[in-house]
Amino acid sequence: MSNYTLHYSSITKKIIMSLVGLFLITFLFLHLGINLTLLEKFRPGGSTDTFNIAAHFMGTNIVIKVFEVVLFGGFLIHILFGLILQIQNWMARPARYKIEGWSHTSPFSKFMIHTGALIFIFLVIHLLDFYFKAKVFGDIGSVTIDGKEYHDMGALVLAKFQSIGFVIFYVVLFIFLGFHLHHAFQSAFQTLGLNHSKYTPFIKGLSTIISIILPVGYAIIPLVIYFNS
Amino acid sequence: MDLTLKIWRQKDSKSKGGFKTYHVKDISPDASFLEMLDILNEELIHKGEMPVNFDNDCREGICGACSLYVNGRPHGPDSAITICQVHMRKFKDGSTVTIEPWRSRAFPVISDLMVDRSAFDRIIQAGGYISVSTGGVPDANEIPINKMKADEAMDAAACIGCGACVATCKNASAMLFVSAKVSQLALLPQGQIEAKRRVQKMVKQMDYEGFGNCTNTGACEAECPKEIKLTNIARMNREFIGAKLGAQKMKL
Ligand code: HEM
Ligand code: FES
Repeated sequence: MSNYTLHYSSITKKIIMSLVGLFLITFLFLHLGINLTLLEKFRPGGSTDTFNIAAHFMGTNIVIKVFEVVLFGGFLIHILFGLILQIQNWMARPARYKIEGWSHTSPFSKFMIHTGALIFIFLVIHLLDFYFKAKVFGDIGSVTIDGKEYHDMGALVLAKFQSIGFVIFYVVLFIFLGFHLHHAFQSAFQTLGLNHSKYTPFIKGLSTIISIILPVGYAIIPLVIYFNS
Repeated sequence: MDLTLKIWRQKDSKSKGGFKTYHVKDISPDASFLEMLDILNEELIHKGEMPVNFDNDCREGICGACSLYVNGRPHGPDSAITICQVHMRKFKDGSTVTIEPWRSRAFPVISDLMVDRSAFDRIIQAGGYISVSTGGVPDANEIPINKMKADEAMDAAACIGCGACVATCKNASAMLFVSAKVSQLALLPQGQIEAKRRVQKMVKQMDYEGFGNCTNTGACEAECPKEIKLTNIARMNREFIGAKLGAQKMKL
């Protein structure tokens, strides 16, 4: 059996994965930006209006709608290729060592499939709770802002994060997302052949920073909601 | 020094192997690791048992034949060294040493600690060479070559093809080996002529042999006896992308 599944070579599969992965990271920043508008609620006299308007924009703007399809496709491709590559990697060593690998390099790179699987579980739950709830089940209240009616996504989020279990689940998963990203961001550059004596150290530093900023940014929101209500 | 050895014994590629325990006594700390195995084999022969098979040739770290996975590390407890150059003083007196063959689907065990690494040969045959039409010998300094590039090519060419990168990689990936062989030629003008075809053919053969995929973990670089760098893998990917996107459609 060869490593030629899906016709693409090993390197092509990894290149597609890394491009999609980088795209997913830009999405994570956009999503975080929108989420952070929720914090306005906790300023004196603040409301969830900005968040609701942003959520509405994300749900209706035509460019965003197109990118939504790209995004879902991206996740599917990333997961599919990740799985294929990982299964091939397991098959590449049918007999294991009695004393397993000594090398201590890059711990997070060894658990990409595991952190990835956790992110996937999170994604499913997250989509069911918010995205599908609003889009498919229509199981959501509405608010009127400046005479226009909007889905009250804000109220939905605030209600969800009243439960400590839910908050802990989210925060823990953001930590695992951080583990995934810590290796992922800089690895994508190496995969794309973008290695340089001057810039690679910077990219590696950036990878660490992203793997902290994104989880912390995301985790702040459920924590603030929980401890302010 | 007295040592307990746990050695993988396997009669041939078809049989099921297993670990066997041996005791060696009065080994000089100045003996090399392979000499210690020679001593064990002498004893086994005296007792009428089959000696332990292991690959070796030069015993001075240049041929790439020796290939033992010792206590969880290819080429044993030291860095940037082949197992033939490791001395017994690197081990503690009275300790247990576990010796295994390289483990990879692409490197099937031939016998005991000896594996079939002809997959590497087939990758080289796929394109790891330059075609030279014979004729007069060109002047050595005729082609200007950037000194930094020449040094990088030389560093990549230091690869002895032992397979430690595959052995240590959690995915049994051969990317470090293949990238060193792609790089040593891609960096030099003589190699660039066939570069686009070469990288595609070698990667294709690498995949065909059933090695795993690189996850940029870096264990290969850490364990390579010749300290081949991960930058070679990035260079190979760069070459590969360039060839796939930029080169004409070609039959590989
Ligand atoms: C927000 C979600 C995610 C982002 C931003 C992301 C990003 C990335 C990036 C940039 C890489 C590096 C690619 C490379 O080294 O070439 C990567 C690798 C990987 N991802 Fe993800 N990923 C996400 C979710 C997932 C999910 C849901 C799974 C699987 C169920 C997954 C599995 C993997 C695996 C197995 C690798 C390692 C692939 C390899 O190195 O060969 N990821 N990810
Ligand atoms: S026997 Fe030649 S490198 Fe070890």
